Amino acid sequence: MGTVQDRYKELAASAEQIRREKFENAPILIQVGSATCEHAAGSREVLDEFRKHVAASGRDDIILHQTGCTGRCSREPIVGIFMPGQLPIKYERVDRELVHQIFTGHIQKNTPILARVLDGPVDRVYDFELLCCGSHRCGWREGTELESALPGLLQEAGVDLQRVKIARASCFGACSAATEKTCSHILVKPQKTLYRVCSSDDLREIIREHIQGGRVVERLRVGGKTIGRKFFEIYGDVAFFNRQTRVALRHNGVVDPTSIAEYFHYRGFQALARVLDQGDSAWVIDQVTASRLRGRGGGGFPTGKKWAMAAAASEKTRYIVCNADEGDPGAFMDRSMLESDPFNVVEGMILGGFAIGAHRGFFYVRAEYPLAIERIQNAIGECRKQGLLGKNILGSGFDFDLEVRLGAGAFVCGEETALIHSIEGERGQPRIRPPYPTESGLWGKPTVINNVETFANITAVINYGPEWFSQIGTKASGGTKVFALAGKIKHTGLVEVPMGMTLRELIFEIGGGVIGGKRIKAVQTGGPAGGCIPEEMLDLPIDFDSLTQAGSIMGSGGMIVLDEDDCMVDVAKFFMAFSQDESCGKCTPCREGTTRMLEILERITSGQGTLEDIAKLERLARLVKKSSLCGLGRAAPNPVLSTLNHFRDEYLAHVTDRRCPARKCAALIHYEIDEEKCVGCTVCARNCPVACISGSRREPHVIDQSRCIKCGRCFEVCRFDAVVRT
Amino acid sequence: MSVTTDNWEQVQATARQVLGEEVVAFIGLCRDEPNPESQLIAVLHKVQAQYGYLAAAHLDAVAQLMQIPAAKVSGVASFYHYFRLQPRGRFVINVCMGTACYVKGADRVAQKLMDELGIRFGETSTDGVFTLESSRCLGTCGLAPVMMVDNQVHPEVTPDQVPLILEKYLDVARRESQAESGA
Ligand SMILES: Cc1cc2nc3c(=O)[nH]c(=O)nc-3n(C[C@H](O)[C@H](O)[C@H](O)COP(=O)(O)O)c2cc1C
Ligand code: SF4
Ligand code: SF4
Ligand code: SF4
Ligand code: FES
Ligand code: FES
Repeated sequence: MGTVQDRYKELAASAEQIRREKFENAPILIQVGSATCEHAAGSREVLDEFRKHVAASGRDDIILHQTGCTGRCSREPIVGIFMPGQLPIKYERVDRELVHQIFTGHIQKNTPILARVLDGPVDRVYDFELLCCGSHRCGWREGTELESALPGLLQEAGVDLQRVKIARASCFGACSAATEKTCSHILVKPQKTLYRVCSSDDLREIIREHIQGGRVVERLRVGGKTIGRKFFEIYGDVAFFNRQTRVALRHNGVVDPTSIAEYFHYRGFQALARVLDQGDSAWVIDQVTASRLRGRGGGGFPTGKKWAMAAAASEKTRYIVCNADEGDPGAFMDRSMLESDPFNVVEGMILGGFAIGAHRGFFYVRAEYPLAIERIQNAIGECRKQGLLGKNILGSGFDFDLEVRLGAGAFVCGEETALIHSIEGERGQPRIRPPYPTESGLWGKPTVINNVETFANITAVINYGPEWFSQIGTKASGGTKVFALAGKIKHTGLVEVPMGMTLRELIFEIGGGVIGGKRIKAVQTGGPAGGCIPEEMLDLPIDFDSLTQAGSIMGSGGMIVLDEDDCMVDVAKFFMAFSQDESCGKCTPCREGTTRMLEILERITSGQGTLEDIAKLERLARLVKKSSLCGLGRAAPNPVLSTLNHFRDEYLAHVTDRRCPARKCAALIHYEIDEEKCVGCTVCARNCPVACISGSRREPHVIDQSRCIKCGRCFEVCRFDAVVRT
Repeated sequence: MSVTTDNWEQVQATARQVLGEEVVAFIGLCRDEPNPESQLIAVLHKVQAQYGYLAAAHLDAVAQLMQIPAAKVSGVASFYHYFRLQPRGRFVINVCMGTACYVKGADRVAQKLMDELGIRFGETSTDGVFTLESSRCLGTCGLAPVMMVDNQVHPEVTPDQVPLILEKYLDVARRESQAESGA
């Protein structure tokens, strides 16, 4: 074995030593998330409060563990309590008061606060949790699915079903071609034993030995750090998590993002050690190509192909860049990954650097993400200390280092040629391609630019193999995609699902559907470059090609759910205002075209539009799409074209009936007080910002239409439904 | 980077006065790295972090010290939205007007702020306490609508909460100015 592996093993062993010392003597673990969302929701105060409680109690068997983001934005701060021999319990929306209850009730007296459990309330705590793999690659000969066979078998053995929770999860990463469709997998908690089961006799044995006898069935046990395992050990009890397949996000909410020792524990730098030990850069590119990984930044270009192009360049000075500009409003996948698992992205970049023969790499991060910047800088510093960055990495002779460069609030800088100019210290204006950056990029040298999520997948491809990776997902695109769910959806947050899952499954089964029982109208994907997919098309599988065919794009992963209160013309106007403002002004079609389109949309939403305007809008949109220089201009018409395509009737209602069907466009709505229903409580009059409601107490009130600014305040505050909106 | 001015001593002395030791030292470090001129944006970030905005004198000093044409420095400073060329108030309020926040009513929060403060986006209140700005997305879309005051994110803001939030910061500003006049 070469020195690289020796050096790696030394580092991993001392990291493991540090980790063991940290966790070993403290059987009780309190886990609190720490990322931007968590902080905004108050997780730092929660952590402080726990710290005080632990100190005051004088106990030394408890440790506080800070992790990154689990992706449950709307439920933050989330706290996980891990007591020996028991199922982990997570609490949602924790505040100081709840910290006190958790500490005194759950930790000190072992009585969990059932009313405040994540996605609860729940009525009891189970003794066991049986998580069955529900992925399509697993399956067993018995015909029925694992989780439907279980209750019968448990009963047959005389196990009280009240003690056992059965749930369905997605891939644990324990599958292989040999077991495909013939065996399945089951994770038994709290012992965290993963079993491979191929027949009902296997299940019977697990029930008899493990559940009833308390002995692990070694014959069926699957060892090792399989990919989804740790995540499901912690989070596997909640539907939101169970339907996900976590590859890029596998360490999010599991590891402390500031600790290189914890990263080492989850196969950190194993891929790097293997690759540097082999010393074959072409092999790395072959693996990535075979995985069918496509770029996650929006374009979907095959990553292996991009790397091969740069590696084939005759110029030997090459660069690699991680695009963390994440300018799409409503998207926060990259932020979360950088805040929650920065070492994984760093390792992916070193691997990419080695593959293409670069010695210098750059993180281009938007300045609006201070915590992400801090965590990347910390990760880079830690890697340098351990000789994982810098000269002669792991004694392999390979030199590579990373620098962080900040964006400065220009959306167009996410475009790769603009990004290059920005790193060079110039104004971030795009240039015509070709030449592509792989031929002439930073300082005219071959440069590979990939998205954060693309890099986050690289270690998984190397560690778990391209066959496994490409099996997840569809024929044309291997792996998963991370989405940021926002808008009118119940569970806002971050989710990772296999390519090919339908939009409906994602929105309803993971996202919990629309808030407030309203009807979903559309999903917006791809941000200002994307489009709106109407409700009728939600059975579409999520992959690059299907979404493009539907007139939207996959984009980088922003997904905004719109309901019946959202006006599609207004949404189109919103994105056009964005693109118009962000247009760098270099080329006329985009600069002028977005301005004209915005004017037309403003006319339509203010009730001044004509049919001719709609026709003109459509013509302009096609023109701008065809003739703009860069992706910003070429995609800017997409929100208009897709809404015109799927929601033309809404445009028509605005111009022909002077009506906004969603009652969003202020100029087209009208508030009036229903004399019959008004009880004269005066609430509306006191709340009207322009004081245009008059009437005496207990008398019907009247709105002075000439002064009303249509703010909708009266409509919201009237408790008697007396204000009518038309 | 090769230095081509003959009054280098004087350039440095002026820069030190205008930009302060820290920024000058940072530029010095950049000079030893490959492609030092590519650090212009990083330098501007440093200046803005320290002084709150980029004054014409700052830009001049940066141009001189980094040996980059002044027109290019101001071109870069004005191209990027993040850089501010005017001084700001004691607190900067950043209302997210990104998609997720917009569909959850950010426009009404913004309107309320404008009504309360009597200013529009990009302006500073007459008492110098607040500057109102809008942002593309703060990356906390799951908590929409959000606004940020300096570095503190306020999640799920309703128009009704706006006066209370403002009052809290006004209080801080008042106490600060009392402490100042007392001192
Ligand atoms: C206007 C515009 C903005 C973009 N913004 C981003 C961005 O924020 N992040 C990103 O990774 N890619 C962005 N892209 C795509 C990049 O140009 C580039 O294709 C991508 O970073 C390549 O990485 P990938 O192959 O890993 O997806 C943007 C493209 C355009 C035209
Ligand atoms: S399409 Fe728009 S953003 Fe792109 S170069 Fe032209 S003006 Fe600039
Ligand atoms: S709030 Fe409703 S009931 Fe009360 S005065 Fe206004 S319209 Fe009438
Ligand atoms: S919509 Fe607003 S301005 Fe008009 S009457 Fe109601 S509260 Fe007053
Ligand atoms: S599909 Fe079942 S463990 Fe992977
Ligand atoms: S859209 Fe407001 S935080 Fe993202």
